[in-house]
Amino acid sequence: MSTAYPFGFLDEYAKKEVRRTTLKAVAIPGYQVPYSSREMPMGRGFGTGGLQLTLALIGEGETLKVIDQGSDDSVNAVSLRSFIEMTCVGINTTTKTEEADLIQSRHRIPEKVLREDQLLILQVPYPDPLVVVEPSEDKRKTLHGEADYSRLLVKLYEDIVKFDEITISHRYPTRINSHYVIDSSPIPRWDVPKLHQSSALILFGAGREKKIYAVPPYTKAEPLAFEDVPFRVENFTDSIGQRRSCQRCNCTSSFLDEFIDSTTGEKVYQCSDTDWCDTQQSLNRSTQAATDSENVSKIGEIAHG
Amino acid sequence: MGYVAIKGGGQAIDETKKVFDYLRTRQSDTALPLDSNIIENQLRLLHSRVISEGGVYHPRLASLAIKQSQGDTLEAAFALRAYRSTQPRLLETPVHDTSNMRITRRISSAFKDISGGQMLGATTDYHLRLMRMDLLDESPEKFRAIAKQWLENTSVEHIPDTFPKVLESLRAEGLLPPIENNQVEVNQTQKNTAEAEPFDITREPLVFPVPRSAALATMARGEQGSLLAIAYSNMRGYGDVHPTVAELRVGYLPVFLPHPITGELTEIGEVEITECEVVAMYEEHSDESPQNKVHSNMNKTKPTFTLGYGACFGHNEVKAISMAILDRALQKGMADGPANPSEDPEFVLLHVDGIDSMGFCTHYKMPHYVTFQSDMDRLRATQQKSNPKE
Repeated sequence: MSTAYPFGFLDEYAKKEVRRTTLKAVAIPGYQVPYSSREMPMGRGFGTGGLQLTLALIGEGETLKVIDQGSDDSVNAVSLRSFIEMTCVGINTTTKTEEADLIQSRHRIPEKVLREDQLLILQVPYPDPLVVVEPSEDKRKTLHGEADYSRLLVKLYEDIVKFDEITISHRYPTRINSHYVIDSSPIPRWDVPKLHQSSALILFGAGREKKIYAVPPYTKAEPLAFEDVPFRVENFTDSIGQRRSCQRCNCTSSFLDEFIDSTTGEKVYQCSDTDWCDTQQSLNRSTQAATDSENVSKIGEIAHG
Repeated sequence: MGYVAIKGGGQAIDETKKVFDYLRTRQSDTALPLDSNIIENQLRLLHSRVISEGGVYHPRLASLAIKQSQGDTLEAAFALRAYRSTQPRLLETPVHDTSNMRITRRISSAFKDISGGQMLGATTDYHLRLMRMDLLDESPEKFRAIAKQWLENTSVEHIPDTFPKVLESLRAEGLLPPIENNQVEVNQTQKNTAEAEPFDITREPLVFPVPRSAALATMARGEQGSLLAIAYSNMRGYGDVHPTVAELRVGYLPVFLPHPITGELTEIGEVEITECEVVAMYEEHSDESPQNKVHSNMNKTKPTFTLGYGACFGHNEVKAISMAILDRALQKGMADGPANPSEDPEFVLLHVDGIDSMGFCTHYKMPHYVTFQSDMDRLRATQQKSNPKE
């Protein structure tokens, strides 16, 4: 079945175009570089932009991690991963952030800090942060060129006037290298600071809108804010001001998913990044085991002593 | 417990494939699988629609796409398009002259008597849409007899090989601008005048403003319903094209490619296409229009009718007419600035692709837990501020 398709599904000209576009995107941090964007065998909106980047950049022997909503096992991540495995013979896949050369993700940046030799590919539904204030792409291009983001700032200001809060929850507009403002893709505000001076190259692929843009390593990434109204990430403190923890690994420093426990009907919180959660759990277990064995040996000492 | 809603994705996906295929085959013990020839012939217009929206002329794979998608036109066109991404572009065809078409149907609503005559061909236009109960229980014998009878009773001797284009007679009378002028008009809309080659939408993204060739190519593989809806808005009053169908023709166009060794143009096969040319009321070019400013000296000719052009793979008349109307509307919008959605190239061209729009619509079914968590955080923060007592 898979033998009918070339390595990486796309024909070589298409992959070459994606790579050249990527180089341009890295050279002009935050600038949305148009490219022709081929149709992929999965729906536009399911990560075809990220997928084209992955297929064009991955090579034999490299290791890939695919996540969606922070999870390696969510339906779309599974479907993307198995497609890439089917068409890229000789690659490895992993769920461990530290083992991956390439990470394709939707809606999250892993909690674990990425390294210089890693590449993060984010799937993007709307590449242009100005679309909320200007529907015409032609006009938006001029605004970007002139770094004219006044209408976006006015929108933030109006939010404060109306709600006493900036209401943008995700896709937070972020200025890259002091010029272009990007749509940070639907990552939560929690992940936006991870773009700033990141060791890893971060690429953004918008398949349907036919754009690729990049936050190169060690580049400034500043979320739009005002001097007196600073940028704030999601708040995970409870009613008495205590930081909520993951009910699985007890982590108090990760982005949490909130849901209703189907058996107890209670509201519970869990790490959205499953690999992070698993790692914390096994760390807990090994420290627990260490303390246990310490205790056991102490007991032994007491018994024998 | 655990990641209740999203765990176990792999297995769930496999099961959806199985049950989807079960529904295709569940009919009964005596059921027969759909044969791709049956799809191509008995579901001829569905097949046409898929081949046109898929954007690759591959009748056999179009049938397969319909079969595997269980008749969903968007899904079927999608599968064809994705197949196309695996194929390199090897050659470019030269400009093809549609007056060489082997016609199965051609009509004009502009003139009663057109050279070569009106050839109604296969159409449902004048059928009464009554249920044909006799088709409910059609025996194979009766079914085969219909084709046989028709062939026996139809004489092919006096059918000419080709038919002249209706537009040629209009042009001869000076009611349409000569072709050279049209060429100039096309070039004007292109920023780079030296680049008169047609725009390949499969190899270049649309960066506005785009040339007319990009608009035509985008609409040629656009989704029929989307094109119809926007064209209809123009017909009803959000626009004023007021078209007359100068000619609508359906048939087989011989395709020529340069011979790999001699370079000589060689016929490599034929594609079924539908082509429509609409004539719209003439406009007095306003002097403010950017085109006239540049070319005011060259273009000082008497007023003529304006043209809209539509063409697509397969037999899709509604699509070809809609496209021709939109081409006219877009040309007006490109020249004078859009006065309504159907004249706005960005609005029309970025919203008529079925693969793009259905994909994005479908993606809303995917989990959005993280972004929704983020949304709730903002809403709770604002709620708290608007209700500080709590």
